[in-house]
Amino acid sequence: MSELAVAVEALTKRYGDLVAVDDISFNIDQGETFVLLGPNGAGKSVTIEILEGFRHRTSGEVRVLGMDPAKADREFKSRVGIVLQQAGDLGRLSVRQTLTHFASLYPNPRSVDEVIYAVDLAQKADIAIRKLSGGQQHRVDVALGMIGNPELLFLDEPTTGFDPEVRRQFWQVIEGLKAEGTTIMLTTHYLDEAEALGDRAGVIIAGELVAIDQVHSIGGAEMRVPVVRWLEGGVERSERTSEPAQFVASLAERLGHEPERLNVRTPTLEDVYLAMLDGRSSR
Amino acid sequence: MNSSAQATMPGILAVGISRIGYELKTYLRTPDSMFFNFSFPLMMLLVFSIAFSGNDFGIPALGIEVTSAQYFLPAMVAMGIFISGAQNLGIDIAIERNDGTLKRLAGSPIAPVSYFIGKFGQVLVTGFAQLVLLLIVGGVILGGGLPTSADRWLTLAWIFFLGIMASAVIGITISALPRSAKSATSVIVPPILILQFISGVYLQFSQLPEWLQNVASIFPLKWIAQGMRYVFLPDAYQGAEIDGVWNLPGVALVLVVWFVVGTIGAALTFRWVRRN
Repeated sequence: MSELAVAVEALTKRYGDLVAVDDISFNIDQGETFVLLGPNGAGKSVTIEILEGFRHRTSGEVRVLGMDPAKADREFKSRVGIVLQQAGDLGRLSVRQTLTHFASLYPNPRSVDEVIYAVDLAQKADIAIRKLSGGQQHRVDVALGMIGNPELLFLDEPTTGFDPEVRRQFWQVIEGLKAEGTTIMLTTHYLDEAEALGDRAGVIIAGELVAIDQVHSIGGAEMRVPVVRWLEGGVERSERTSEPAQFVASLAERLGHEPERLNVRTPTLEDVYLAMLDGRSSR
Repeated sequence: MNSSAQATMPGILAVGISRIGYELKTYLRTPDSMFFNFSFPLMMLLVFSIAFSGNDFGIPALGIEVTSAQYFLPAMVAMGIFISGAQNLGIDIAIERNDGTLKRLAGSPIAPVSYFIGKFGQVLVTGFAQLVLLLIVGGVILGGGLPTSADRWLTLAWIFFLGIMASAVIGITISALPRSAKSATSVIVPPILILQFISGVYLQFSQLPEWLQNVASIFPLKWIAQGMRYVFLPDAYQGAEIDGVWNLPGVALVLVVWFVVGTIGAALTFRWVRRN
């Protein structure tokens, strides 16, 4: 019996006349990593905060680990982990003191040393958190999200503002949690992050869920049809075709020479996503 | 079902007691609160005792002599009790609510009661340490004198306890006022400073205009200060109080009422996260 980790049905959140989240539905299986992808202000954070129990929904049905997060009780909070966007608050005590304290709040915590090792802060364990670098402080946030040994971990834009190296270190920590079977939901506006970490992704634009699928097939087969580009008589030409090799061969034959600036490209998630954004804004 | 769901939740009291240690460690490493809340009454006691060391605060008609240290010691003890609760928690919790500390706790399975046990413990321990320091410096070193009877020591104990509990719930309630961590100090401190001036901490209460005395009598600080004068000053000083009596039952009543009102206020206004 595989109970869903997250079930969202017709979720809507309004602030007065503003519809922040508009009738969205999706499920997350146990052990899955689901990415909610979208531009700033699309409704990603509102959605994840409703699932975390920090905000109340206007309408719709939400179940997280079988429970209603709007009535989040201590049991709910002991089974989910939340990684906040920033750690402005944890300055004064050391990494170990802080983690030891938070571990004591949970019924079945992970070992503090194991978590410190997992986030690669063993060398910094006894240093006040405020004296760590931004990237290290953020790994403390992740450590606090996982210390309670959660079945489901929420991460809201976990790497916004990080340099590439720090992001990669962070991804490794998340990969480790995935490998252990933790269900993960994260929001991001970085496509490479969705591709690196996600099993499935939903794209949310202006509060609407416009696509949801496996990360590598999101947007549907049509959007992933390869594009052949070349220069002909000084004019840039392009053709979408599911048989690019054959197309190029016949193109060369027709032109009688190698096509100028020939380029064959299968759209990446980024192209698909940008096409979706374009499609929305030009409507 | 994951086995973790069956594990027992940590006890509310046990977590609360462990929070006290965590809160105290944090308090000791926060220079702002060490300065404005912990050391402030001591510094004021030194300043006022020394500045007015040539003055006699006694009542010549009754042949009582009172030194500046003796006169200001009860005032600063009272002020210390009030700011250890109201000002310290008012600022501390406002900052925690606005910098994400409370949001982080809200996402953990901590019970709010455990959090408050931690705060009360922090206030009681730091308030007590401050009191001991004031007694040593003001009572012994500056010669202000210690309470002279068991009855006065007992009165010191219950006013300290009731005063700090009432001040603490007031602090929790007013922590809802500042809209940002940066503004917390500037929103909380000025009203409390004004209250100190009208409650007989720096200025002699009996010399204030009657309407101002009436305003101050609504708030607990005036009553804590009055009770502390009974604890530290000669009994004849009672003549300078309103109606010529110490009115200790009045002190107890006002502090209990403020504790009840403050607890209701705290329960109604406390939020882990500011709703927008």
